[in-house]
Amino acid sequence: MNELNPLLPEVATVVEIVQETHNIKTFRVKLDDEERMKAFHFEPGQVGQLSLFGVGESTFVINSPPTRMDYLQFSVMKAGEVTSALHKLNVGDKIGVRAPLGNFFPYAKWKGKDIFFIGGGIGMAPIRTIMLYLLDNKKDYGTISLLYGAKTPEDLSYKDDIKEWLADPNLNAVLTIDNPAEGWTVDDTHKVGLIPNVLKELAPRPDNCIAVLCGPPIMIKFTLMALKDMNFPDEQIFTTLEKRMKCGVGLCGRCNIGGKLVCVDGPVFSYDQLRELPPEL
Amino acid sequence: MTICFLATEGLVPWLAKLAQNYRVFAPRREGKAIIFRPWKEGDKAPVPLKATVAPKGVMFPACETLVSYKTTKDPQQLDKVSLTLKAPVKAEPTVLFGCRSCDARGFVALDKAYLGGKFKDPYYEARRNATLIITHTCDNPTPTCFCTWVNGGPASPEGSDVLMTAVQGGYVLEGISQKGNDLLAGSGLPDGSDKLNEARALRTEAAKRVTPRKDLSKAAERLKARFTDMDFWIAQTAKCLSCGACTFMCPTCQCFNITDEGDPASEQGGQRLRSWDYCMSPMFTREASGHNPRMVKAARMRNRVSHKYWYSTEYSPDGRFSCTGCGRCIAQCPVSLDIREIVVKAIEE
Ligand code: SF4
Ligand code: SF4
Ligand code: FES
Repeated sequence: MNELNPLLPEVATVVEIVQETHNIKTFRVKLDDEERMKAFHFEPGQVGQLSLFGVGESTFVINSPPTRMDYLQFSVMKAGEVTSALHKLNVGDKIGVRAPLGNFFPYAKWKGKDIFFIGGGIGMAPIRTIMLYLLDNKKDYGTISLLYGAKTPEDLSYKDDIKEWLADPNLNAVLTIDNPAEGWTVDDTHKVGLIPNVLKELAPRPDNCIAVLCGPPIMIKFTLMALKDMNFPDEQIFTTLEKRMKCGVGLCGRCNIGGKLVCVDGPVFSYDQLRELPPEL
Repeated sequence: MTICFLATEGLVPWLAKLAQNYRVFAPRREGKAIIFRPWKEGDKAPVPLKATVAPKGVMFPACETLVSYKTTKDPQQLDKVSLTLKAPVKAEPTVLFGCRSCDARGFVALDKAYLGGKFKDPYYEARRNATLIITHTCDNPTPTCFCTWVNGGPASPEGSDVLMTAVQGGYVLEGISQKGNDLLAGSGLPDGSDKLNEARALRTEAAKRVTPRKDLSKAAERLKARFTDMDFWIAQTAKCLSCGACTFMCPTCQCFNITDEGDPASEQGGQRLRSWDYCMSPMFTREASGHNPRMVKAARMRNRVSHKYWYSTEYSPDGRFSCTGCGRCIAQCPVSLDIREIVVKAIEE
């Protein structure tokens, strides 16, 4: 971040682009100022604002972990004007970056606990950061599990990562898709069914376990219900909120829920924190 | 504290002297409205009345450039493009002359929003630091004024550098802040201490003419309890046109939009602008997915009123409302919605 002016982006270059799914692309970017790139420090869960000048800005989670700092990675789902324009970028193009912004997952308080990650669709992006970060610090944590779901096999992002995750002895990874699909053989790690149903089947135990869930609102709603059925206490459930943002730095007044601003007080909230907020999601 | 006396006929020459060193903004009549405009030597004396629009634009202009951007191609290597960004954070020494106490207190509320959080707004901060506020204590409260309900008053010094009170034959000027005292000390104006009692008596009289005070101390707590009472909000908002006049007139409304204008590859590049935005608009919180947490106007009104009387009390260390009781949103609303009534009903019913 520009310390003197939080509204002034830093110039960065796109160094690599991965087409994840038909509507998700991952951009790897580097700040042009090498010193600043070297000194760049952030925490898992923090976000960045990507600028395409002449079009606008949009918020994305930094989904590469702080332990792997060759570049900053952002995954962009094509939805509105800015994301569509971002999808037209090529390697070598210049963009603006304002990062890191927002709060982060309170992972220091999770030491010694089991962690159960649940990612739905593009919601895998924030999960990716914190999960890789915890795997890089595995000795401090108990069992780490992942349930990652998407509509179809083609809608799963991070396909190269997935192979590693399934093979990683430190991670219990399970994938699910909504409906049976050709070439998708159901086994211990490949399921068919909506995330809340598969979650019930996996039945993680709530004692000493933190559940982290990110995904579309409808998935969050039903997954939360499933977790509550399994007796997960609110303070052991974490999620990230998305709101329409502009400034990203607590000035423009756009992203409030009650007296909290999602851009600076979020995006990470525990369920007991969310319960304290006025119901206006 | 430095106290000076400025004779009525000395006002324009004094402003002319200030205008040599400062940009001076003062209220001027334009058609039916009274607007803060740059005051230049040769102009008439400013209108001694509350302006139609709050003077917040002096610190937070309705539209300004945040960043100018331009890409340039390397003539040797056409696929090599560089991007240049410039942020013009600058402020000229400014005097805001003749605002009301409710206007000056508006800046105290804006300070919480722009300077009190995790990140500071450097554009606002530069202007705020470069501006001296000379407040004309109010001698004609209007029926829509309710400054005394929100811990202010016609002569509240909060946010002002100098307080100016009209007395027989001229004005008493009182230094409030260091900046204000320094200005008066160097002004060459005669001492006005002997007129201070007269000024104080007049202010006390003016305060009595403000609409009788209602107790709003339970506002935050009651609004919180009312949050899910949608019938209440629908009833209060029925007439609203979602036009946003209320927010544009307001001295404390902080919301802005950010938009880009101009192609970075063009000759002159482009600008990232910020402009006043309004939470009463259905577009304000509409997300790219189409989801909108405040689709209905009742939810937007609930947010506007709750922000001013509840949320702000949570994020301001001193628990202040972000409403200074200037009454502009009441006076300017095309369908005469009255924020006082809404808050009082929320508390009472
Ligand atoms: S000025 Fe009146 S009509 Fe317009 S948005 Fe405000 S309350 Fe609604
Ligand atoms: S909410 Fe209305 S009365 Fe209060 S400061 Fe704003 S314009 Fe004035
Ligand atoms: S996005 Fe501007 S305040 Fe949160």
